[in-house]
Amino acid sequence: MANVTLRNVRKTYPGGFEAIKGVNVDVGDGQFCVLVGPSGCGKSTLLRMVAGLETVTGGEIDIGGRVVNQVEPADRDIAMVFQNYALYPHMSVFNNMAYGLRNRGMKEAEIKTRVEEAARVLELSAMLERKPRQLSGGQRQRVAMGRAIVRQPKVFLFDEPLSNLDAKLRIAMRVEIRKLQRRLKTTSVYVTHDQLEAMTLADILVVMNGGQVEQIGNPLAIYEKPATTFVASFIGAPPMNLMSMRTEEIKSQLGGSAGEAGILGIRPEDFVITDQTPAGGVALPLTIEAIERVGAETFIYGSRAQDEQRVAATPGELPPGEVIVRIPGTEAPAIGEKIRVAAVRQKLHLFSGDGRTRIEA
Amino acid sequence: MQKQAIFQSKLLPYALVAPQLAIVLIFFYWPAVQAVIQSFLLQDAFGLSTSFVWFENYVELLSDPAYFETIVRTFFFSFAIAASSLSVALLLAVMADKPMRGGAVYRTLLIWPYAVAPPVVGVLWVFMLHPSLGVLSRYLRAAGIEWNPLLDGNQAATLVILAAAWKQISYNFLFFLAGLASIPKSVLEAAAIDGARPMRRFWTVTFPLLSPTIFFLLVVNIVYAFFDTFGIIDTMTRGGPGKSTETLVYKVYNDGLIGGNLGSSAAQSVILMVMVIVLTGIQFRFVERKVTY
Repeated sequence: MANVTLRNVRKTYPGGFEAIKGVNVDVGDGQFCVLVGPSGCGKSTLLRMVAGLETVTGGEIDIGGRVVNQVEPADRDIAMVFQNYALYPHMSVFNNMAYGLRNRGMKEAEIKTRVEEAARVLELSAMLERKPRQLSGGQRQRVAMGRAIVRQPKVFLFDEPLSNLDAKLRIAMRVEIRKLQRRLKTTSVYVTHDQLEAMTLADILVVMNGGQVEQIGNPLAIYEKPATTFVASFIGAPPMNLMSMRTEEIKSQLGGSAGEAGILGIRPEDFVITDQTPAGGVALPLTIEAIERVGAETFIYGSRAQDEQRVAATPGELPPGEVIVRIPGTEAPAIGEKIRVAAVRQKLHLFSGDGRTRIEA
Repeated sequence: MQKQAIFQSKLLPYALVAPQLAIVLIFFYWPAVQAVIQSFLLQDAFGLSTSFVWFENYVELLSDPAYFETIVRTFFFSFAIAASSLSVALLLAVMADKPMRGGAVYRTLLIWPYAVAPPVVGVLWVFMLHPSLGVLSRYLRAAGIEWNPLLDGNQAATLVILAAAWKQISYNFLFFLAGLASIPKSVLEAAAIDGARPMRRFWTVTFPLLSPTIFFLLVVNIVYAFFDTFGIIDTMTRGGPGKSTETLVYKVYNDGLIGGNLGSSAAQSVILMVMVIVLTGIQFRFVERKVTY
């Protein structure tokens, strides 16, 4: 059991490329921390630095009260689950799980007990003698998990462990990982680019972009109050609608409290189709361009009648002038239909013109 | 999926493979058949009369203790050459596999010896280790070793093995490098996290995962040591001193072209041919099936 603390951690490659630009994260004992961000944001590099597979060029990594910058991966008391599972192809499932214990000189009897216990938990008992190539993707994934848990390490590290599984299995394994972690109460750091995985697994969510932390916090708190437009568009699916507006426009619509806001954000699920404009809220007339009906809900892709609202096109997530609206699956508007959607004042997100600051009105 | 080309004319496909077949038949099968026929014939010392003697050449050969000595010697040479060149090549490949400055240059330089023709390799090593001319011989004598491969059979054998192994290192190195590159990095990282130190990591993960490559190279190296060392032996020792460096292939040449005993020489060739067929058979059977895991 251990805390994992990153203090101003930096990584600069010999070529001069700065992959990690000073990251501070504190993961409490037994907590599940998820690093999420688009590919190339440095999340995997950061995880590999915690594992000891990449050198740290600045700052400190602290595991359980010990600075481990110069400590070998084997001596950090961590276990890692890799994206491609990294099972030893020439060893049986049993030996895959036993390898780390044998390297540490554990007695065979104890190894057997531990591996069999892990196999029971992961429903691998019938497959202990098989080689990895005789297993399905999901089974391999569980062997990789088993190899991590038999060691009973201080920290679990996960590097996109579910991204090679099909969608259904991914959801099932996601729940399994969460249950397992709750039971073992082992501090975990988990890397993913899937915001849904991040939201469902995390106690602490770290949203990363370009080698920096954009926001750290409880997943729901981040969802409700994204600190930047990047977080706003990355967390939540479909992404938040972001519309840049002139400051005086925002002021005139929302009153004096809007400050220097330049970008207005509204989540698709916060719209309702109505003819009224809620007090202090926003209403948008839309022409429906496309509809996605997924059963429980329906997504409307509409184009704004820009003349009426005088709002400029958004640079960023949405094509200029496009707005996504989520409505219950029971409603079925037609393509080409003109509708009017509105969102109440409490559901509006305001950001500075560069998108780097959230403005609380 | 069907991968069958459709031809308009029935003759065209045969015409297209004809050149290849002609080459194989004229340059491979015809000499082979000639060798088999020759091995059943006996010529008198002057080459004036030839008589068909069935298996007499074989019987004589296989009852000759000298032939068995040559077989044992050849096997010893093969394993010594294969073992030394494989182990050195593996060591070099493991070293070269690490990311380092100038790695590409280093790797390229290591491949060069493969381009040197066997007789040149022989001459090169003879120059270095010639009892009176050799650069290295001086140091060996200074170290108190009575170095004279022209007289000492064991030293001559060592010299041949050394030169033959040296030449093969490049080839093995290339394959080992490719083999190492095909081992997923994450597997080695997982082993590192699992507490395996570099040496243990090598023997428990890298080496087993390289075993298909090792097996392939073992067969290739044995075939090489059997047949392609002719040029090296011919330039270095001519099979001598005595018979101490005479391998099966060199004996074929010695008995047939130097000794003029064409029948026996042909019989030896046929035996060698059978050995190659067996080795190649083993090769195809196991390599195709990915031996270990």
